[in-house]
This record gives sequence, C-alpha cells and structure tokens, in this order.
Amino acid sequence: MMTNMIKRILVSVLLAVASAAQAASGGVAWDHFPTDKLNDRAALQNGAKLFVNYCLNCHNAAYMRFNRMTDIGLTPEQIKANLLFTTDKVGETMRVSIDPKHAKEWFGATPPDLSVVARSRAVAGQGSGADYLYTYLRTYYRDSEKPTGWNNLAFPNVGMPNVLWELQGERRPLFEKKAEHGHEVEVFTGKWEVTRAGTLDAREYDEAVADLVAFMQWMGEPSAKTRVQIGVWVLLFLGLFTVIAWFLNRAYWKNIK
Amino acid sequence: MADFKDAPPGASMVEKTTVWFENRFPTAFAEYKKHLSEYYAPKNFNFWYFFGSLALLVLVMQIVTGIFLTMHYKPDAATAFESVEHIMRDVSGGWLIRYMHSTGASAFFVVVYLHMFRGLIYGSHRKPRELVWIFGVAIFLCLMGEAFMGYLLPWGQMSYWGAQVIINLFAAIPFIGPDLALLIRGDYVVGDATLNRFFAFHVIAIPLILIGLVVAHLLALHDVGSNNPDGVEIKAKKDARGIPLDGIPFHPYYTVHDVLGVSVFLMIFTAIMFLAPEMGGYFLEFNNFIPADPLKTPAHIAPVWYFTPYYSMLRATTDPMVNVLCVLVGLAAAFNFVKGRMSFVAKVGVAVVALVAIALLKTFDAKFWGVVVMGVAVLILFFMPWLDQSPVKSIRYRPGWHKAVFGVFVVFFLVLGWLGIEPPSPEKTLLAQIGTLYYFAFFLLMPWWSRLGEFKPVPERVVFNAH
Repeated sequence: MMTNMIKRILVSVLLAVASAAQAASGGVAWDHFPTDKLNDRAALQNGAKLFVNYCLNCHNAAYMRFNRMTDIGLTPEQIKANLLFTTDKVGETMRVSIDPKHAKEWFGATPPDLSVVARSRAVAGQGSGADYLYTYLRTYYRDSEKPTGWNNLAFPNVGMPNVLWELQGERRPLFEKKAEHGHEVEVFTGKWEVTRAGTLDAREYDEAVADLVAFMQWMGEPSAKTRVQIGVWVLLFLGLFTVIAWFLNRAYWKNIK
Repeated sequence: MADFKDAPPGASMVEKTTVWFENRFPTAFAEYKKHLSEYYAPKNFNFWYFFGSLALLVLVMQIVTGIFLTMHYKPDAATAFESVEHIMRDVSGGWLIRYMHSTGASAFFVVVYLHMFRGLIYGSHRKPRELVWIFGVAIFLCLMGEAFMGYLLPWGQMSYWGAQVIINLFAAIPFIGPDLALLIRGDYVVGDATLNRFFAFHVIAIPLILIGLVVAHLLALHDVGSNNPDGVEIKAKKDARGIPLDGIPFHPYYTVHDVLGVSVFLMIFTAIMFLAPEMGGYFLEFNNFIPADPLKTPAHIAPVWYFTPYYSMLRATTDPMVNVLCVLVGLAAAFNFVKGRMSFVAKVGVAVVALVAIALLKTFDAKFWGVVVMGVAVLILFFMPWLDQSPVKSIRYRPGWHKAVFGVFVVFFLVLGWLGIEPPSPEKTLLAQIGTLYYFAFFLLMPWWSRLGEFKPVPERVVFNAH
C-alpha cells in the first residue's frame, strides 16, 4: 500500500517533468528566430518596410507611433517619404482604416493589433514570441479546403492568408507516415516541395521574415535596448555600493562584542 | 511654555535649529528615540531578519511608483490596456516605473513569504508577540487582495480571466454566493464596473488599511521588543540603566546592516527588472499582452505565481478529496471518543459536531469546499500563536525531526506553487491533494507534534559571535 503510494507519487513527479519538457500547444515545433537581427539596424529598417507594406493593410499597431522608428535609425523625413500613407502624420500611431466588421466577415476573425504581438505569443518551454512568428510566417501552404486557400503548420486553420506569397511562392509540406502508440500518424518531415517559385529563394525569404520579425520584436518593447543598457550601469553601481555598504557595516559593528 | 529650552551660548546654527524644533515638536524627537536610536534590538539577528525592512522598502516603492502610474493609467475597459502601453512607450521613464511596480508586486510576496517563514521557525508568533503576528497575517491578507485587484488593471487576457475565475469562486458559497459575486463584479460579467471598483480598492482603500496595519505591526513590535534566532527574551537581562545586555540600538547598528541588505536585494531586484522583467512569464504572463476579450477564454488560466500554492489547494479539493476529508473528520471524532481527555458529554458534543461537518461536506458542492480550503489555508495562520505548543521558541533548540517537518512543509508549499501553474492531470491532482493534506496536518496537528521529542537546553543569553 505504502510502496504503491510512493510509486504513484514518483510517477506523477516524473510525468510532470516530462510534460513540462514537451511542447504545449498545437502546431509544429518552433524554429529559432536569429536574435542577432535585433542589433542589425538595416534588418530592422527592412523589417519596418515589410511590416508597413504587408501587415499594416489589415492589422493595426495602434500603440506604436511612426516617429518612434527614429530609434532604429530612420529620420522623420525618411519615415514620411517611405513608410507613411499620404493622410498620416509622423507623430500618429500605426492605424489602418479597415472596417473590423468587414475584416471579420472576410477572415473569420478581426485581425489582432500587432503592437505587442511578439510579447504575447511566447510559450514557456516552447520558445519566444519571435520564435513563434518566425516559424508561423514561414510555414504557410496551399490548402484548397480553406476559404482563403491557405493553411499553416504553426497555426492550423489560420484565418489569415499568406500575404507574403509573392515573395515566398507556394509550397507543399511533405509528411511521412509513422507508427505512434500503435496508430499510424502523419508527421511533418521538415521538408517542403516548391510548387510555384516566388520572387525570393528560400534563403532570401528566411532572411526577409527574420527582418520582419525583428521589427515586430523591437516594436513590442521599443525601450528594451535602453532598459538593458541602463540595467547594466545600475548593477555596476549597486555592486560598488554593496562593497561600500559592507565596509560601512563592518566599521559600525566592530565595537559590538 | 515653561519647558522651553534655550540653546547654549555659542551654539551652532544646526544646534539652534534643533532646539527650535525640539521646543515646538517634542513628539518627533521622542518617537525617533523610541523607535530608532533607543530601540534596543537583539544583537544576534541573522540573514532572515532582513526581510521585514525589505518588505517596508517594497511597500514604499509600490506606493511611489503607483502614484506615478495613476497619473497616466486610465481605469476604463475601453482604454486601460492602451494606457498601459502608452505608459510603456510615450511616457518619459514610464517603462521603468511600470516595471518597478510589476516586479515589485512579485518581490513583495518573495520578501513577505520569507519574513513569515522566519517568524515560524524562530517562534516570533509566541507570547508576548501574538498581536505582532496577527497584524502581520492581516497585512498578508490585505496584500493578497491588493495584488489580486491590481492584476485586473492592465486589462489583459489573464487579468480578465483570472478575475473572472476567482470572483466566480465566491459564487460557490451557498445561499449568498451569486449575489456576493454580483456585488464584487458590479455586473453580471467582469467589465468596466469591475475595473473601476478594483481600481478604487487598489489605489486607495486597501493601501490605507495596509499602511494602518503596518503601523500597528511596528508599534506592537516595538512595545514587546524583537524576537531573535535563539528565541531568548533579551529584556530578561538588563544592565543598571535598564538596557537589555544583548540589545543594541536599532540606529545605527541595524540601519547600517539593512543598508547592506537593501543593496544586495536591489541587485537581485534590478537584475530582474532591467534584464528579464517578464521573468519567463512568471512575473508578467505572456497572455496578458493580449487585450481582455470576454468572448475568448484562454485554454489555460493560471494565477500569478504567488497565489498558486493556495490555488492548488482549491483545485485539489475534488469529490474524492471531500470523501477523504469526511473520513478524516470521522476518524478524528472516533479517536477523541476513545482517547480524548474530556468529559463524556463533551466527547458526545465533539462527535455530533463531526457528524454535522460530514453531513455538510456531503451536502455542498466540492467547489465550495475548495474555496473553504483555500480560505482556511490562509486564515489558519492567525491561530499560529496557539497552535504552536513547543516548549522552546526557536527551531535551534527543537528536536532534529521538527526541522524535517518544517523542511517537508517548505517542499510541499513550493510543489503546490508549481502545481498551481501547471495544467491539471490525475497524477498532479493526487500530488496536490497530498500536499494539501500535509499543509493542514502541519498546522492542525501542531498542538500535538510541536510538544513531542527531546528539546535542547535554551541558553540564558543570545548566542553571538563578534566579528
């Protein structure tokens, strides 16, 4: 009885550890977003261009001001000339005029605001929000059963069509049959078959998506870089102060016997 | 007027000014002496004694950052989420203030849990400090309310659904539950009315009570004097001037000591705040970066880490668990009937009470008992001064196996905390149930086990090794 109980506890602990290590939600395992893109201004600027051209037609980034992009090295003039719609002002937030009702009719859901999307999509144990976006934007495939004609491996039955298809072309994921727990299941091999070429080859497309995701990650918290920089100085100061406090404390406590 | 002092001839400007104030506001000088320069604290405080002053520091920090956040935050369901992002982006230094406040919330619970554990192991709740402890538990309760209501304000998905889940718990209370939940929400679902009242409670109502309780906690402490790691009453041995032999003035000795503690604490605090303010989703949940959507329930709703031990106990109270509780109540009554040292009438009385308890346990929903378990798990702390019957205060002089009992308690508390974050499964529920039973056994059986074993002799004076 007792040993049985101990066994059950042990099993439960082991199971819990195992399940924590496993991926949590549906879809394929996420690829790693190349984080060095975040320190690459050219990449961030290219990402901004892609974002404005491809995402900002349906999605808002309503907490993000156009002129904040001066932080990634663009001048207000450059922003005005290349990234603004004619009616926008450079101090405004990134909003589009799509009617949410229409959007819902077309896609089945209102396109979400993307200001903090990179922060919201992280899953502990599975990857960062940037990892998710980087995977999601690269795993679209043609699916004639869907109303938009598109489906996605990272976000099964997604409402959004592949807006980057001109760049990526059209691809088909290759599955293989595998026996799992006595059942035969279809597993993604990680390989694709190109059915129609896009304007970019596979490597160039990955680079472009990485730039776009880098921009979205930056946009999620524009002060992130400043935060880390200040943090290092604060920690250096506190390290020094701790040494002083330690000596001060020792000096005072000398006469306590 | 008669007591007016004159500054000595040739006194400096500073001395003259001091005398000027002393004549007009003597209370300030008397209180300074009473609580700082002539408050005698035991000289053998160790690592565990940093957390009281750290809790005070975090309280002040939360109030100051909170004031600045209130200047820019909009308590309105339509604009709350946006206003937080406005603080993060457009307000100068807004991100710093916001992260200080969000990291501070978690830090508050870290230091308070450690502070409470210190009290438990050194017997700081024992006579004559019962009221100090009780005020402290009341502070802990307020803090839980403050944190819960504050978490709704960013109006993200976890804010919204966390509040929805917790308020619905109140609806499980028989008879008054649904009306009570309605009263808390101010609406049939969590909405603008809820956000407005939670804002009012978070920024003024609870902080006022909290500050009052903190003052009471400190005044009561300074009346009876601090306990120490040896659990020795330093006031028992005084010198000719009436100063405890093992006491040292709080200022400057412990102020300078606490400066060191604060510095180390701030290193950890700022490392998290500047380098990982989300703390891997534990301090700021990822889902909370999605605005609240009443039509979209997240797949997995977990409270913030500091509530999860108690949330685990709530979830552990399933129908089988209620049956186990019935059996335990029955066994306890039967044991009392056979072995109890009370009159026959009293024994029958206890048995009747037990029967009624079992009947009630089976009458109401397990969900309601889950709420009761969660509530009692916190409220039981109020009774610590009387549950603990150990002949010595400090863990140092208690039998070795008492330390093991405390150790297992800590492990189970942490395991319960972890389980509360995880989605439930049959194995995890079983583990949470065992943890819950241990938690309650630890407290409810304390009058019995805390007396058992071989205690070590307590020294006359505190143990202190000079540096």
